[in-house]
Amino acid sequence: MTSTDLGMPTVAPDDVGFLRGTESFPVAAHRALADTQLRRNLGHATRTIRGKRARVVAEVPDWEELRRAGEAIKADTMARLPELLEQLEEAVTARGGVVHWARDAGEANAIVASLVREAGADEVVKVKSIATQEIGLNEALAEQGITATETDLAELIVQLSDDRPSHFLVPAIHRNRSEIRDIFLRALPGVDPDLTDEPRRLAMAARAHLRRKFLSARVGISGANFAAADTGTISVVESEGNGRMCLTLPDTLITVMGVEKVVPRWSDMEVFLQLLPRSSTAERMNPYTSTWSGVTPGDGPQAFHLVLLDNGRSNVLADEQGRAALHCIRCSACLNVCPVYERAGGHAYGSVYPGPIGAVLSPQLTGISGPDDPNASLPYASSLCGACFDACPVRIDIPNLLVQQRAASIASHRTPTAQDVAMRTVAAAMVSPARFRAAERVLGLGRFAGRSGRIRFLPYPGSQWTSARDMPTPPPETFRQWWKRTRGAGS
Amino acid sequence: MRIAVIATCLGDAMFPQAVKATVEILERLGHEVVFPEDQTCCGQMHVNTGYLDMALPLVRHHVEVFADAADVSVAPSGSCVGCVRHQHAMVARRGGDEGLARAAEELAGRTYELSELLVDVLGVTDVGAYYPHRVTYHPTCHSLRMLRVGDKPLRLLREVRGLQLTELADAEVCCGFGGTFAVKNAEVSTAMLADKMANVLTSGAEVCTAGDSSCLMHIGGGLSRLRSGVRTVHLAEILASSDTERSGAGPSGTEQGTPARDIVFDTAEVGESKGVHP
Ligand code: SF4
Repeated sequence: MTSTDLGMPTVAPDDVGFLRGTESFPVAAHRALADTQLRRNLGHATRTIRGKRARVVAEVPDWEELRRAGEAIKADTMARLPELLEQLEEAVTARGGVVHWARDAGEANAIVASLVREAGADEVVKVKSIATQEIGLNEALAEQGITATETDLAELIVQLSDDRPSHFLVPAIHRNRSEIRDIFLRALPGVDPDLTDEPRRLAMAARAHLRRKFLSARVGISGANFAAADTGTISVVESEGNGRMCLTLPDTLITVMGVEKVVPRWSDMEVFLQLLPRSSTAERMNPYTSTWSGVTPGDGPQAFHLVLLDNGRSNVLADEQGRAALHCIRCSACLNVCPVYERAGGHAYGSVYPGPIGAVLSPQLTGISGPDDPNASLPYASSLCGACFDACPVRIDIPNLLVQQRAASIASHRTPTAQDVAMRTVAAAMVSPARFRAAERVLGLGRFAGRSGRIRFLPYPGSQWTSARDMPTPPPETFRQWWKRTRGAGS
Repeated sequence: MRIAVIATCLGDAMFPQAVKATVEILERLGHEVVFPEDQTCCGQMHVNTGYLDMALPLVRHHVEVFADAADVSVAPSGSCVGCVRHQHAMVARRGGDEGLARAAEELAGRTYELSELLVDVLGVTDVGAYYPHRVTYHPTCHSLRMLRVGDKPLRLLREVRGLQLTELADAEVCCGFGGTFAVKNAEVSTAMLADKMANVLTSGAEVCTAGDSSCLMHIGGGLSRLRSGVRTVHLAEILASSDTERSGAGPSGTEQGTPARDIVFDTAEVGESKGVHP
């Protein structure tokens, strides 16, 4: 799985990009849980969007059929991804674009940096793109003396405050408006010192700043929501209009796209453009949907480069169950409905992919190196409540993928952990009715019981339970004993 | 109908009152209940913690024990039935045992959570219960989203005489139990529990019920720690309660967070709320 032989799918590199944090989920979540401001901001934001999403989804009578259609298109795509990518390359090339293949984050960054230099630019404007965050593009460009300006409002907030995004759609979901005002006053060039935290004033301040950037930048960088293999049409779906500026004003446009974003046909957009807006922003129709195929002489960028990024995706594709994670259209519905995400926030996941899908996708892309790998803890950052599956517009069975990644996490143990040993012992007792009965009899939790008969404290690891919850003492008679006593032997 | 009861490992060892109540309801409805004594555990804890290989023999054991035990099987647990129905075949296939996967699927097709068995298979909603308390119902995640039991538990509860159902806000949000999640991510689990408890308390209920002893152990453990004065009672126990004299068949609701002393009392004496707390 972690083989680096040429031609074998490999995992994303460890030293470039942001797919892995530095601490395990419970450790990071500990801090987030204590951050009262974060808890209120996130609780309010996710609750609002959950309610709105539920309302607009309920309006669509064939929503379930649409979900199934989305799932089917994605499954078909993954089943023949190499073929579709070649078809896409051909179509893009035929329409005057240039296609580049990047095996990993490092290659993608190098390609983009050299394209920017070739265009003679040291400044670029960016449309929000998670793929470029994944590979740490802004940081890589900065090392080459190239300044990247994020033009999505929330992304700009994150960039100005040297922060990390915590949500797919609303990267600054963890910030409220007075925090945003402070960030702008501190870091936005030429800002009005009397700026208030009124949303409109904040937006206008960002707009004034961004207008200058749009008009001067010669290179735009974007991600892609979809790419139709048959026509070579790339699509970016956004709601502020900044994307349209970045995609049309510069001379050169560079799009970095994860290979899984390809769809077979232009007509497949019909399905996704219904599923995506309602699931993500709870809008009936997406405000700004840009589509372009190659270059059009005299209209828009005259040079178009498409960078196809693997960075561990072939490795995910090789796993027949796990590849469903590549179906994700980054709508963020699973984040908004996740009770764990709502409380721990996006940063606790360490990776640019937070929430339920991130808890699966991040370890899939990076591989799990052992029990101390922070990404080994991600698949456990879920109560498996299943709300994510119900919300997912392309029906990704995230709970099942979480269980599969838990198995991958355990498979990475080179020597058995204490938990491995305990689980093996229990499993052995559970296939032997006699040993199981014996084990039941010696449960022996009773000695920790207080006078109330409730257990208020247990030694580690039971203390993890009794830190907040009492534990009942075992009953004097198990069900099995009761059955035998009241019904006699034999059933 | 001949019905095999799956006690579940937790029900057998820690919460026998819920399993006894299940037996009692079904017998009261005139069915023959059997308890295959070699049963142990469905393997859910292993599966959901990621020990899929270790779970394979547990799946095989479960299938061997229950395949020919009765017409149908029932468990007073949405999550154990969820495991049987949605995970056993996956574990078998992953272990390369297609024959076992098929047998598991066949068995899963006639394995039911209690409210499903009562409403869908046996076609009853009024099981003749009497439970004069204010009750709120928490739909556990696996009942709700894995099994899709929908409003079946509520339909059963609405027929219980004397019972006053109060609405639970954000009912469909997870309580934070999640098996090993409650221990591995104890703090997030507790944060989720805090919100669930707040909603239970504002519901004005005296009893919070659900179809899973595990979630009730979690919610009840929190309510008990806070001396909240609200207890958790398994759905089966409420449905088994009656105002007619019964003998030794278990109380009409033992707080999940109290010592399960085998409190045997005349339910007629319980009246509004006396006598339940030891
Ligand atoms: S996994 Fe599904 S719900 Fe989550 S972001 Fe992706 S498409 Fe949306």
